Amino acid sequence: MNQQLILDLEHLLTREHVLSRPEDLLLYEYDGSVEVARPNCIVFPRDAADVVRIVEIANRHDVPIVGRGAGTGLSGGALARHGGIIVSFARMNRILEIDIENQRAVVQPGVVNSDLSAAVAHAGLHFAPDPSSQKACTIGGNVSENAGGPHTLAYGVTTNHVLGMQLVLCDGQLIRIGGKSLDAPGYDLCGLFVGSEGTLALVTEITVRLTRLPETIKTLLAIYDRIDGATETVVEITARGITPAACEMLDGWTLRAVEAWVHAGFPLDSAAVLLIEVDGMREAAEEHAAQITEVCKLHGAREVRLARDAKERDLLWKGRKNAFGAVGRLSPTYYVQDGVIPRTKLPQTLREIDRIGKENGFEIGNIFHAGDGNLHPIILFDARDAQQFQRAVSTADAIIRFCIEMGGAITGEHGVGMEKDRLMPLLFTDADLALMRTVRDAFNPVGRFNPGKIFPTGKGCGEVRINPLPLSGSAGAPPSGPTPS
Amino acid sequence: MSSALPPITHQEAQREFAETLSGFTAGDKPDYADYSRCIHCGLCLNACPTYRLWHNEADSPRGRIRQMALVDQGRLEVGESFVTHIDRCLDCRACETACPSGVEYGKLVELARAQIARNFERPRVSRWTRNFVYRRLLPDPRRIARLARLVRLYQRSGLETLVRASGAPRLLGMQQRAALLPRIDSDFFFSRLGKTFPARGQRRARVAFFAGCVAQVTFTALNDATIRVLQANGCEVVVPANQFCCGALAAHAGVRDVARELARKNMEAFLAEPFDAVVTNAAGCGSTLKEYTELFAGSDPAQEGASRNVLDAKNAAEFSPKVRDVTEFLAGLGLSSPLRKTRMRVTYQDSCHLLHGQKIREAPRTLLRAIPGLELVEMPMADHCCGSAGVYNVTETDTSMQLLQEKMRHASSSRASAIVTANPGCILQLRAGTKLYNTRQEVFHVIELLDRAISSENIGRNSAQAGA
Repeated sequence: MNQQLILDLEHLLTREHVLSRPEDLLLYEYDGSVEVARPNCIVFPRDAADVVRIVEIANRHDVPIVGRGAGTGLSGGALARHGGIIVSFARMNRILEIDIENQRAVVQPGVVNSDLSAAVAHAGLHFAPDPSSQKACTIGGNVSENAGGPHTLAYGVTTNHVLGMQLVLCDGQLIRIGGKSLDAPGYDLCGLFVGSEGTLALVTEITVRLTRLPETIKTLLAIYDRIDGATETVVEITARGITPAACEMLDGWTLRAVEAWVHAGFPLDSAAVLLIEVDGMREAAEEHAAQITEVCKLHGAREVRLARDAKERDLLWKGRKNAFGAVGRLSPTYYVQDGVIPRTKLPQTLREIDRIGKENGFEIGNIFHAGDGNLHPIILFDARDAQQFQRAVSTADAIIRFCIEMGGAITGEHGVGMEKDRLMPLLFTDADLALMRTVRDAFNPVGRFNPGKIFPTGKGCGEVRINPLPLSGSAGAPPSGPTPS
Repeated sequence: MSSALPPITHQEAQREFAETLSGFTAGDKPDYADYSRCIHCGLCLNACPTYRLWHNEADSPRGRIRQMALVDQGRLEVGESFVTHIDRCLDCRACETACPSGVEYGKLVELARAQIARNFERPRVSRWTRNFVYRRLLPDPRRIARLARLVRLYQRSGLETLVRASGAPRLLGMQQRAALLPRIDSDFFFSRLGKTFPARGQRRARVAFFAGCVAQVTFTALNDATIRVLQANGCEVVVPANQFCCGALAAHAGVRDVARELARKNMEAFLAEPFDAVVTNAAGCGSTLKEYTELFAGSDPAQEGASRNVLDAKNAAEFSPKVRDVTEFLAGLGLSSPLRKTRMRVTYQDSCHLLHGQKIREAPRTLLRAIPGLELVEMPMADHCCGSAGVYNVTETDTSMQLLQEKMRHASSSRASAIVTANPGCILQLRAGTKLYNTRQEVFHVIELLDRAISSENIGRNSAQAGA
């Protein structure tokens, strides 16, 4: 069967656009997460018509289909959990149309996020969602995961920037939803499909909104000797009715890792810093910057620096956006969690994370979108030690459970994927999940698209259960788990 | 629903590597401590020239590192597929600049190539050619000179004109490679070895000049210009006699024993006297010279004798920190010579081994901006490889030419009359590009423009006279 599937795909796309040798498959069993799953083949469609035919072939052979952009995701969304075909959109990477006057662009899903911003920068525009992986991740992937980023605090997440889409449904139908304006008549189908993690359709074209670059940007770095001072600042800034464009926190431990690489001038002896950005009209931005400085000082900031120029600002952001990777300098493997809490609960949550870490014998670093209450605790572990890996996973679970207790959620922006499906029942009732399944089944009744994601396995209807894994094992293999030889 | 391959689980992955042995042999090999720093975040993908061309994970930095890990786990063999993807890497190291985890990819790929050189049987022609180039030609200046004289005869006798006119290169699909063939100098640089060139005016520094290997028969003018510019800026320039090829090409190809032998000879030649710096005008050489420490860090005590190892490591620790790219050195020293006005619009192409290998972005630009009247405009993607990459344009010509085409498109869009860069290899590639795509742009080394701008009364063409 497998052989005939490959032949059919090669016949459609030519051999150049199909990978099926075992050595090639090994390179699509991972993404940016700690999960592992191997596909049967990888195909590279050239256009929407190819995608339609690929879906038809998959239907004929009854195999799963998983869309993939750059594979930078952090929840295993682009992995073929139950095997099947990975549809890589990496070669569908053309910007089809740029409409400067109306501030929108039409792109193929494989366009890299920052490439689009670069292409419209000359007109003073940009694509606002700015995940840390923006230099590599694709807009198709952003749409599937409803990606966020530091600036979502003011600009919103991906769904707020998608106007319309062309999709291929699981019966091979090519349809268009949304339109060219912000509020298309009828149901908000874009809202439904954005963030559906590839479980409802394959996206073949996206019309996005382009946002004007602000007139003025003020970037502040507030330095604290007490973590609590930083978290209390965040609570008060928003209490005063100021919405910064971004409000990021890095704890001292993370700072030191970042500074070793970026040399952004982060103080090495501090307990935490806040990276706060305000933008807009010049007068307003200056006024807000002054107020924020005052709040920072009030809560014990020992210093508040203002980036003097674009170069200094870029350096500070480079430090923030590469923070996860920089942690790789401290430990060969780590596990980044993604949880949400109400921002007013920041101080006690951080204290609890610290406690959970100590209890389990892990050092946990914290980098997060403080303004949104979106936490990213980082747990360092050694991948060669299977026990340690499982302990890291259960530690992460404990943190997520606490987030939910605080009235938060199990993911802020990385998606559920195959990483957190088992945690969904902590957040949602059976009725909630049943409603979501009804939606999924309306578009994807046989589990053709990205099976084994979002919904907890072992429950419900139509769920594919080829290999239900025990709780600890379902997080997949460690990212790079060989022993030194 | 069914699928042929079962999904892989955490337990399976553990079992798989527990039951198998590494596909690497002892000695120089990619180490767990180095490759496991890669957290497969994928931030390198869009920086990689080959990933941008093909969008295949196997031809990305992350994918190549994964393949090394897989071999070390015993899940992949050092076979056709592994060799193809590792061969296709330009070793431009743009991924190192993009990598937040500080993965030393250049080191990893060189070690992977050392494994390939040891454990993979290439076709006979390829084996013979590699053996000749890396073991016999590059380490031996006399062979380089002899071969250069032959090529010169071909170029000057009219035979080359005849061959080109016959259309044979086109018929054989060799047109692009023919365009890459450098013009052999009438006067080789070898005659300057062992000489000292006095500083102009007050002596500000005493430096040793590293002349390169093939550069001595094709870039004599550039080497002379480099000495003149250094002299004009108050440097006494010594050209040590017993210097050899830096070993970069051998190291990049995984022929590490040859690279180490060359390194030993060079360290001996350059450590014989005290110098303020060892200066080179070739970014590729500079990058390797600065990494002699790395070259000896991985050597195998069992193979080469432990005491020798300690000595090598000590010498490298003394030698490598002294190495400076000429642009880095001059920008650091500060230009003291007057510069004539040069009306010109130029664009700078980053040499990969200067930017990504040595992390030097500003120095060449600072020097160019110092020339009055000269307008420096940035082309898009100046930090992406032009496809030269050592011998890559000869070994992987098709890929190299695709990158070159893209580069020429960007260079033309800058509407500059000249492309400036900082490495002889890049100069050859870019010159071939301007010819093939008829962009009517000239190609210079930063130093050549400085040399032109240094006022004529200060420096005459023949002022590179030797002292001692």
